[in-house]
Amino acid sequence: MSDPLSPSSYDVAVIGAGVVGCALARAFTLAGARVVVLEKAADVLDGASKGNSAILHTGFDAPKGSLELACIREGYALYHDIRERLGLPLVRAGAMVLAWSEEEVAGLPALMAQAEANGITDLEALTGVGVRALEPALSEGVRGGFRVPGEHLIDPWSAAHGYLAQALANGTVLMRQAEVLAGRHSAGHWHLATTAGAVTADLVINAAGLWGDEVDRRVIGESWFTIKPRKGQFVVYDKTAAALAGHILLPVPTKITKGIVVCRTAFGNLLVGPTAEEQDGREHATVERETLQALMRRGCEILPALADHEVTAVYAGLRPATEEKHYRIRDDLAPGYICVGGIRSTGLSAALGIAAHVVRLAGRDGTLADPIWPEMPNLSVDGERDWQRPGHGGIVCHCELVTRREIEAALTGPMAAGSLAGLKRRTRVTMGRCQGFYCSAELARITEGRLTQPMLGHD
Amino acid sequence: MTEPEVIVVGAGPAGLSAATELARAGRRVLVLEREAEAGGIPRHCGHSPYGLREFRRLMGGPAYAARLRAEALAAGAMIRTATTVTALLPGGKVEVTGDAGPETLAAPVVLLATGVRETSRAARLIGGDKPGGVLNTAALQGLVYLNRQIPFRRPVILGTELVAFSALLTCRHAGIRPVAMVEPGSRLTAWSAARWLPRLLGVPLHLRTGIATIKGRARVEAVTLATPSGEVEVETDGVIVTGGFRPESALLLASHLAVDPHGGGPVIDAWGRLSDPAYFAAGNILRGVETAGWCWAEGRRTARAILVALEGRLPAPGGARLVLAHPALRLAVPQVLAPAPAAAHDRLQIRLSRATKGRLRLVQAGRTLSEARIDTLPERRVFLRLPAALSDADLRLEIEEDA
Repeated sequence: MSDPLSPSSYDVAVIGAGVVGCALARAFTLAGARVVVLEKAADVLDGASKGNSAILHTGFDAPKGSLELACIREGYALYHDIRERLGLPLVRAGAMVLAWSEEEVAGLPALMAQAEANGITDLEALTGVGVRALEPALSEGVRGGFRVPGEHLIDPWSAAHGYLAQALANGTVLMRQAEVLAGRHSAGHWHLATTAGAVTADLVINAAGLWGDEVDRRVIGESWFTIKPRKGQFVVYDKTAAALAGHILLPVPTKITKGIVVCRTAFGNLLVGPTAEEQDGREHATVERETLQALMRRGCEILPALADHEVTAVYAGLRPATEEKHYRIRDDLAPGYICVGGIRSTGLSAALGIAAHVVRLAGRDGTLADPIWPEMPNLSVDGERDWQRPGHGGIVCHCELVTRREIEAALTGPMAAGSLAGLKRRTRVTMGRCQGFYCSAELARITEGRLTQPMLGHD
Repeated sequence: MTEPEVIVVGAGPAGLSAATELARAGRRVLVLEREAEAGGIPRHCGHSPYGLREFRRLMGGPAYAARLRAEALAAGAMIRTATTVTALLPGGKVEVTGDAGPETLAAPVVLLATGVRETSRAARLIGGDKPGGVLNTAALQGLVYLNRQIPFRRPVILGTELVAFSALLTCRHAGIRPVAMVEPGSRLTAWSAARWLPRLLGVPLHLRTGIATIKGRARVEAVTLATPSGEVEVETDGVIVTGGFRPESALLLASHLAVDPHGGGPVIDAWGRLSDPAYFAAGNILRGVETAGWCWAEGRRTARAILVALEGRLPAPGGARLVLAHPALRLAVPQVLAPAPAAAHDRLQIRLSRATKGRLRLVQAGRTLSEARIDTLPERRVFLRLPAALSDADLRLEIEEDA
């Protein structure tokens, strides 16, 4: 057990505050553990979790019998269980897997059989005509497909923020700018050296995402996998385009990639992406004009009317892929050490399931009595927004209708935003059409002296 | 205030001049402004020559904005700031929110004067990282003139519309020394004497040069310029993305009102009236950017049309639809034309997407009703007089280019 007299001594140290780390912190906290989360960046969700496609997957296309499938299934169910108490949104969109050639049509039954084997039994086969009856804006070239009613849209960040907020409300400690430098195991405890000081824990969990192999090396001396970052670029269209697609529109996957998805976002935009591009660097996820244009062309092939709509934003994310496709979760590398690596693209859907799995691996079966359930602010089209309630102090970001009260809330508390990017993820400021034309000055005034990484980064 | 007779959405030069004119005519006017202070863009434009047309004196932006506010208030208009319109509903109802929460307001006439904004870095698909320090001119000016903050020291300025030179002056005011001004086109876009500014201020100007990528993690560290002789990396700590003005038409796009697919603003008739006759529009929402003085005059003329409308004396909506029949035509307003006594618009305002020489013609049923010789560049003012007599048949705006 951790030493109650030592403030830097914990039962569990989670390395990395991405969606998986946040879910792990919550799960261990609710299992009665004293938890510290060590994040090297100025804010949480600063690595792989900052750019994702914000879909809550059923697991219909996950590898049969895999740990990934089990975690997605459990994560999906847990999200439904807890989302209302944490104030997390769910935009019930449903997905359609679309075939654009006879060859793809021929491949549909096998995909449906796999989905059914994975436990998703409410599928609906559709002809080309049937598809277009449900999605009239689709190109006439669509040949057929099937519906997966359980695939939904969520906020790409509020889930992770909510998991961590609940952990923090129930005793977890978050240390930011706390990069793990080294680890030493002695007398049943881990002693971690970090850039924010020494931390002692009985159990160390590596949830470092894009840096998972590096953290392995620093703590236990070697890594059993190599991160091979795979970049995904996305184009976000204006809210006027959201009416073009009710469902999440998926292509028939190839062996290499799930392909380019077209779907609404929980915030009412329309998203096209991602690409799948292997790269060496982990620090930079750049966007490239030609690739974005190719995504836009693909989007217009799927939804021809998209050509009349404007682009609001573009972004790129990095998936922490490894040399193997499956999740890299192991508890036998070192005593009191669990590596949760290679959560490459289903982390958002699977995080709660992964956390439950790891709690079981750790043999932790306690329960925290009467846990606190903090409620996250709703930013999605699924439910009331802050501007719809009095006392909000006025709108600061006009495009996304973000209120002064929301911004103030995001700048205070144990999970206060540490950077403009973090403030954007928490509130959506500057993420609308004008991208900061109107509200940048006001935001710079409000945030002055309050962000670890200041908006105006000099002086 | 008892029920307003006119609600004005947006308290920039167009909205405030219209409000002043309407209030002076004895109408109850309510101006809704989402910022904490009325005045629009001139509030944070510390240097440009404002006020010559309107007040016959040379003024800075903030003084000009203050004068517009004072005139509207003195005339009896009511201004509600920090009040954001969230929806435009049929018949002149608007939903708003402010600190007190949502409410619905209504008036026989609603005037939209929400102005313009510059095209963002994202919408231009500029590649690279997404560090801090990439700003539009308006954001830069808000930081410099309203906050007295300095976002960078040696930025690159993208674009050569008039606003780019405004950005240059803002930089000079704040002691910021741009490392370069770059323009993807082969000529400067701005027409005024401002084009000599870069040389005067010692800022290198590069034509046929765009920004290919932006580099930097937290802050901008460098940009890659795409030049005629290949890519060149330049160290810099910021990027000012200027111009590419587009109507701020978010409310319009989410409403029942007809939108012009070319310009992105509302479809209006010669009185500035929209597809729902309870709505009018004036100022930069119509077409992209014009000067403050221009918008001020347009607001005043549109107010006069609204006064006629409030007396029930405006002709029924309708008229000939304008068709842009040449690829170089980027936009033209008004888009619905009828013989229009006392109209707010007595000529077509036209913008072209490329340099064009030739004859511009307005043709109806094979007959040329109005024509003019043009020799112009993109974003320059182009006008065509509107004919006195018109039928309801489609009007084609054509260009016969010189061989």
